[in-house]
Amino acid sequence: MSPIPGSGLAKGLAVTLRTMTKKTVTAQYPDAQPELPPRTRGVIGLFEENCTVCMLCARECPDWCIYIDSHKETTPPAAPGGRERSRNVLDRFAIDFSLCMYCGICIEVCPFDALFWSPEFEYAETDIRELTHERDKLREWMWTVPAPPALDPAAEEPKEIAAARKSAEKLAAARAASAAPAEPAPGGTAPAEPAPGKATPGEAAPPAGEGGQA
Amino acid sequence: MNDALDVAVRLLIVFAVFLVLPLVIGQTEHKVMAHMQGRLGPMYAGGFHGWAQLVADGVKFAQKEDVVPAGADRRIFQLAPAVALLPYLLVLLVIPIGPSEGAVGQVIDAGIFFVLAVMGVGVLGSLMAGWASANKFSLLGGLRTAAQLLAYELPMLLAAASVAMAAGTVSLPGILNAFEWWWLPWQIVGALVFFTAGLAELQRPPFDMPVADSEIIFGAYTEYTGLRFALFLLAEYAGIVVICGLTTVLFLGGWHGPMGADGLGWFWTLLKTAVLAFVVIWLRVSYPRMREDQLQRLAWTTLIPLALAQIALTGVVKVVI
Repeated sequence: MSPIPGSGLAKGLAVTLRTMTKKTVTAQYPDAQPELPPRTRGVIGLFEENCTVCMLCARECPDWCIYIDSHKETTPPAAPGGRERSRNVLDRFAIDFSLCMYCGICIEVCPFDALFWSPEFEYAETDIRELTHERDKLREWMWTVPAPPALDPAAEEPKEIAAARKSAEKLAAARAASAAPAEPAPGGTAPAEPAPGKATPGEAAPPAGEGGQA
Repeated sequence: MNDALDVAVRLLIVFAVFLVLPLVIGQTEHKVMAHMQGRLGPMYAGGFHGWAQLVADGVKFAQKEDVVPAGADRRIFQLAPAVALLPYLLVLLVIPIGPSEGAVGQVIDAGIFFVLAVMGVGVLGSLMAGWASANKFSLLGGLRTAAQLLAYELPMLLAAASVAMAAGTVSLPGILNAFEWWWLPWQIVGALVFFTAGLAELQRPPFDMPVADSEIIFGAYTEYTGLRFALFLLAEYAGIVVICGLTTVLFLGGWHGPMGADGLGWFWTLLKTAVLAFVVIWLRVSYPRMREDQLQRLAWTTLIPLALAQIALTGVVKVVI
């Protein structure tokens, strides 16, 4: 029981009146594009240079909506007398988006970073069969994939950067150890320079013998 | 000849008002309701903020097929929308919007009697529709309409009688001529009762049990399509105009305003009516539908005693001064 009879009625009127003075939340979609958060599950893009036709995505897909065809090609040996190398060449990569349930397992499971989420979502069709999209379309969507959002300020260092920094530090320590008895090293060369935490794995080429993780 | 022209012009003006004001209120309801719910409402029709939405709706209704159910009482079924709509047109004819002789469609000496009697006929349209549709939901809606009519006509009459007692006349311009500002607090209870009962008579939320769409589809209007359905909707909005106009005239002083009583009378009447129409929309957005027994209890145990108390108060004050 409220202290003043009818105060609940007045409160109801106040709520609607206050809402009327506030900004509306309607998104005028076709006129204004929505602002989608990073990692939006719109559509799956394929970066086919990274694909090795390992079929992991197709096998892990819960509703079997990924179609992959490939054939094997051999490349001549790198050195005379060597063995011929064989590699898989992608012939077809298609995703049936009428079956896809947007679980993202294929993207999780891809060991070579060939599949990505794209926020693109305007690909409705009038025929359900046209929702099976082939590699060219998936490749077009690849270019709509946004850069990954920055890490949190207090987040753990990314694995790649940690490994590169460790090898760069080791290298710098080895240089310092060898340079201390002799004269100083002739000029600061590039490999010795990389600042900790900024080097990428490619730049900080580890010396022979300790390049296990590069 | 001149008289005939005069009558024709007056009728035309009233008819134009009858067609335009309900649409304005309907559009206002679209937008106000949307913004009270954090939405935008219609934005496309007509280009600018969906101003032509109701015109588009009208075109759509006109294109639809006019279906009469096989088991329906054909003539009654087809007549019902007209019976629901026309009384409001007639009532609009006698509502004065300004102090001068020319600011009312037709002066009728027994104005209040005429208005209340004719508005009672309007509800008959729903009853006819409910009975003639040969549909159980329509019949339920019609019965609920009848129960609501019985319950709320009485407090409405009593509240109006209180004003008539205060003014010593039943003519609407006469009541306005006798109006003093202190009638406002004096008759405030009667005004609330009249307005509430009027809402209930229009079957507007929170008194929309007769058309409760989640229970009985659309009550008496379930079987209607196309233009006839549009006429029922138009009747609802014309009813809002009429109820708000009547409340303005009877209780809020009509064309009396803080200034410009001669030239701006029509403005004050329209402004008060518009504010009341906003309140009607506001109530619809804010309150849930009342249950059938709650409706009856509100009418018989609250509104009627309040209206009787108002009449007693009016009588006492009238004797004292």
